[in-house]
Amino acid sequence: MTSWPLQARASLVSVLILVVLGLAWHIGVNTGGGTGQANVDPEYAKLIGAAANTGKSAMPGPLDVLAKIWQHLKEPFYDRGPNDKGIGIQLAYSIGRVLLGYGIAVLVAIPLGFLIGMSPLMNRALDPFIQIMKPVSPLAWMPLALYTIKDSAISSIFVIFICSLWPMLVNTAFGVSSVRKEWLNVARTLEVGSFRRAFTVILPAAAPTILTGMRISIGIAWLVIVAAEMLVGGTGIGYFVWNEWNNLSITNVITSIIVIGLVGMILDQMLARVAKLVTYPE
Amino acid sequence: MQETSGDTSGSPKYISIEGIARHFSAPGGGRTTVFEDVWFPVAKGEFVCMIGHSGCGKTTVLNILAGLDLPDGGVAVVDGEAIEGPSLNRAVIFQSHALLPWRSVLGNVAYAVSSKWRDWGRAKIEDHAKTFIALVGLAGSELKKPAQLSGGMKQRVGIARALSIEPKILLMDEPFSALDALTRGNLQDEVRRICLATNQTVFMITHDVDEAIYLADKIVLMTNGPHAMVAEIVKNPLPKDRQRHEVHKHPHYYALRNHLIDFLVTRSKTFKDEIPAGYDRRKPPVVSPNSQSPSSQSPDTQSPGTQPLPVPPPATKRAAA
Repeated sequence: MTSWPLQARASLVSVLILVVLGLAWHIGVNTGGGTGQANVDPEYAKLIGAAANTGKSAMPGPLDVLAKIWQHLKEPFYDRGPNDKGIGIQLAYSIGRVLLGYGIAVLVAIPLGFLIGMSPLMNRALDPFIQIMKPVSPLAWMPLALYTIKDSAISSIFVIFICSLWPMLVNTAFGVSSVRKEWLNVARTLEVGSFRRAFTVILPAAAPTILTGMRISIGIAWLVIVAAEMLVGGTGIGYFVWNEWNNLSITNVITSIIVIGLVGMILDQMLARVAKLVTYPE
Repeated sequence: MQETSGDTSGSPKYISIEGIARHFSAPGGGRTTVFEDVWFPVAKGEFVCMIGHSGCGKTTVLNILAGLDLPDGGVAVVDGEAIEGPSLNRAVIFQSHALLPWRSVLGNVAYAVSSKWRDWGRAKIEDHAKTFIALVGLAGSELKKPAQLSGGMKQRVGIARALSIEPKILLMDEPFSALDALTRGNLQDEVRRICLATNQTVFMITHDVDEAIYLADKIVLMTNGPHAMVAEIVKNPLPKDRQRHEVHKHPHYYALRNHLIDFLVTRSKTFKDEIPAGYDRRKPPVVSPNSQSPSSQSPDTQSPGTQPLPVPPPATKRAAA
């Protein structure tokens, strides 16, 4: 056993934990809710419909969820009207909004962060604005966005933009302002112009810090899109979750949770790859 | 002093430091004068070391020569032109090597080469860079990143980068102080070999007396700061073709070494209170310690200056009074 590599042993433990949790879940669902109709409130019975008569809890077991995931995987992109779209389509809407809002935030935050990082004056002048705006929940912007933009889809993109902006802005400014003096002196003694210096010294030196900000931002953006779509409705994985809650399809809600987690992980890992490319050992 | 001779020493004032001063704002208002009215020349092809204690402004003098810092008064002239900022004519070897860690050895040197000759093609730049990487003995390590190199190798890259732009003068700020003794010795040999072969004009900061004796043609002695000044310029009596293992056998070696150590230990502190008669800041005395007069007052015949050799404190007091 000890001769196995650490990664293999860790994977084995992960699988064991998964199996134990799945079993506990399975047993919990199949024994807890099986006491029959007597316990069901009549109002609630009306709501849950057929499930009340079977005496079965609306809480699905792991096998139900697996079956549902399989069903979604078989047909991820079906479209049967506004309230019945495949999970793939909903995810694509969400990812599209996140990438768009996040992309615009990158285009704004990195040049602006450069400016703030290179100019002590702008750094101090903009600091109060950043400090006040940073802790505001992006959803607080939603009414304002809806009122001014008058388009729910663009409003949710705006919310993603505003929540992705701050970590990238702050990290870029910090990375740029803390580039080692000696590297800048090398550029100065070589009479490197300010434009070339920005791209050949400051950007590579600050890149790891900037990428850290970008990773924080994509994480936040993915968190926020679910909440934003619950508010604006229509399409997207957030709307899907809320819609399935209204359908009382807990199976679909759990499926969504797993899928949201997976997509968030993939987005983060993609940026982690990029971060690895620009990181330099000292 | 102004004659232009055709010999290897060239013009006596290739670099001319003329009355430079630097002040820093002191904590709690007011200002501290690190040094003021500093004058000294460096001839073309000369290797000049500056020694002095921490805080005497050695590095500031070097930064002014590099153009990274500007004097608050006076001017530094290189080859007839006042320094107004950094220039590719003046290469700096930094104490902390200052390599760009995301670039390879070749990338670091090529960055300097491409900065100097901006119209060169990639192949020409890399060829030129490789020549200088080979010169410092790093051929074969071109594609390594600085993090994969030892301290001595990193400093070799720093030297290759500085030399690759073929500067008029080479400025070194304690380039070997972070290295172990063996590596330091090897690098000193290399630098000496390269600078002699190319007749490179060098200004180097150090506080290692033996390094100064081995490398320098002239040694500029700075008194302690604040208000530091150039006490004198010591002409190295050792021959130009000196060998590391034979330096200490030279008849004037101990006179020179004692003179330098005596300066660092006592005179760097006391000099400004006991300024010798006839001392002129604009023309610091040039002395050449020799074994015939280890502690006497007989003037050195080699020395064009008038400063007597290391004098016992009582004698100096009398002279100053």
